[in-house]
Amino acid sequence: MQTSYSSAFFTILKRDLTIALRHRDDIINPLLFFIIVVSLFPLGIGPVSNTLMKIAPGVIWVAALLATLLSLERLFKNDHADGSLEQLLLSPCPTFILVLAKILAHWLITGLPLIIIAPLLGVLLNLHQDSYTALMLTLLLGTPVLSLLGAIGVALTVGLKKGGMLLSLLVLPLYIPVLIFATSAIDAASMNLPYNGQLAIIAAIFFGSLTLAPFAVGSALKVSTN
Amino acid sequence: MWKWLHPYANPEVSYHFTGKLIPWFTAISVILLVLGLGLALAFSPADYQQGESVRIFYLHVPAAMLSMGIYLGMAIAALTALVWQLKLAEASIAALAPIGATFTAIALLTGAAWGKPMWGTWWIWDARLTSELILLFLYLGVIALQNAFEDKSLAGKAASVLAIVGVVNLPIIHYSVEWWNTLHQGSTVSKLERPSMSADMFIPFVVCLFGFAFLVARIFGERFRAEIIARNSMRPWVKALVLAQEKN
Amino acid sequence: MATQHSVLLAADKLTCIREDRLLFDQLSFDVSAGDIIQIEGANGTGKTSLLRILAGLSQPYDGEVLYKAENIHHCQEDYNSDLIFLGHLPGIKGEMTSEENLQFYLKLHGLDHSLAEQTLAEVSLFGFEDALASHLSAGQHRRIALARLWQSNSKIWILDEPFTAIDKAGVEKLEQLFLRHAKNGGAVILTTHQDLSIHSNDFKKIILEHQFI
Repeated sequence: MQTSYSSAFFTILKRDLTIALRHRDDIINPLLFFIIVVSLFPLGIGPVSNTLMKIAPGVIWVAALLATLLSLERLFKNDHADGSLEQLLLSPCPTFILVLAKILAHWLITGLPLIIIAPLLGVLLNLHQDSYTALMLTLLLGTPVLSLLGAIGVALTVGLKKGGMLLSLLVLPLYIPVLIFATSAIDAASMNLPYNGQLAIIAAIFFGSLTLAPFAVGSALKVSTN
Repeated sequence: MWKWLHPYANPEVSYHFTGKLIPWFTAISVILLVLGLGLALAFSPADYQQGESVRIFYLHVPAAMLSMGIYLGMAIAALTALVWQLKLAEASIAALAPIGATFTAIALLTGAAWGKPMWGTWWIWDARLTSELILLFLYLGVIALQNAFEDKSLAGKAASVLAIVGVVNLPIIHYSVEWWNTLHQGSTVSKLERPSMSADMFIPFVVCLFGFAFLVARIFGERFRAEIIARNSMRPWVKALVLAQEKN
Repeated sequence: MATQHSVLLAADKLTCIREDRLLFDQLSFDVSAGDIIQIEGANGTGKTSLLRILAGLSQPYDGEVLYKAENIHHCQEDYNSDLIFLGHLPGIKGEMTSEENLQFYLKLHGLDHSLAEQTLAEVSLFGFEDALASHLSAGQHRRIALARLWQSNSKIWILDEPFTAIDKAGVEKLEQLFLRHAKNGGAVILTTHQDLSIHSNDFKKIILEHQFI
């Protein structure tokens, strides 16, 4: 059975990536949103480089949260609308495997591009030069958490007609710890202080949600397809 | 007792049982609150620093404690709803969430009112107040999710999942906010300290706490009964109940 | 004719309530190997709800569904590998070709996916293998979904209106397939508004009626 689980995992992963690559808007739009939101801040606050440097970690991370939120719906919405979600739930592989495959695909499509573009936005916001490593590391550990926790929210709201607004109410409070520790790690790095404590906590949150979230998503999906 | 917790627990029995408890809860909470608030407002000492405003404490702290207690209770109900498919547990989540949200809001408002004389401003990003604010968001999420479903049983299951996710996250959120607070504010702003309690404060406080707890139980009983009726409206015993009421 | 065979699936006192309406109460029946069962009833009597409960997608208000005498929610992996459920929605991705769509489901069930192209010919989709599903019609989507039946080694087929948007020749072909499946020890549970041309003593009917209480 081991091999068939992993083959089911990769089958679903490959399918989701294929669909996303043939439908590139899903990848590009959240990314554009991320860039635009970040570039609004200098316009709203003024181009004083010290102020920008101070707010840069928070702005980049809040924009990343919002961009992820925007992209979350595609995780299950289309599958629910065309009936493939119930087919997935009726497949012989356990629900948490297919959920993990879909979340990994979502992260590869939305989280990874955010990480790649983030240093560029750091330049726009005059991020402290010692902070880039911390920014990348926190995004690398933190964005999978955003996908995992977000998946719970989408799974709960996917069957609803007006799930969009509700989704942000459900998901954003859960993002607070990651936001706090990530921005403080970046701040600490700019002051040349060690930030491995914060990283360790984000890593712990990542492993915690990696093990628990798929089960919550599974039971939420069962409610939504009912 | 086990029969009552059994998956096929009878909603009719719980409905009548809760109905019998309500007058008791009403009586106990009225007595305790009159006694406790009387002691707190008239007889407990004013604080040497905060003066009379310290009396908000007797409302603020019980409300804050109950707001967290109710969330915990809701999460336990959610777990039983999911694991044992207990439909009465779903009804109790629906009954509890708005009460919890109200107490969270009371804790926030009284916290702000207490903050005004102390800090000279209505809102400060104090760790405890921030945690309460996030707790309010979590409650509103549960309520909104519950209202979004047409089918009451599905609504109950969805809210259960969310309540459990919330209760796992709550300590993490609480800890992170506390840590964030000490990081950014240090000792420059004095936190909303719980006054060290002498006996003449402690007794009214405990009496108030239990008074509010019984008030919660009383409101819960009423809402729980309403939820049972709403979920069983097509059952013969509910119809008989309605007919009997119409005759009177 | 099939009563001698082993019971594959059993509905045990199923009660279904949707939006305060009782659809069916204490419904019990057995599905044995070799059965073709048609669920009949007017609109809104709960045919689809019953099929979704049997497939394990919905929870009944009361009662349980047993697969080989075990609750389906306790042996979900075994049950799912012995089940094909096709609902109202075909579950076809517009961004993938018809062959890729079929291959995906075959792979997911651990079946040989190299025969996908041939199988599509069975449902008269020959020549459409490489067409993106978004360019195909609703009827063709349904055919892609139904094509899985030709490759399946699952015993239990639960089909909700399988003949919708399928032409006459296609319906006949499907009926032949159902008979063959039943003869090989499988079972088919379906709803349809059309009259089946299968001889009546080859299949059973379960009739759902509006409930008044």
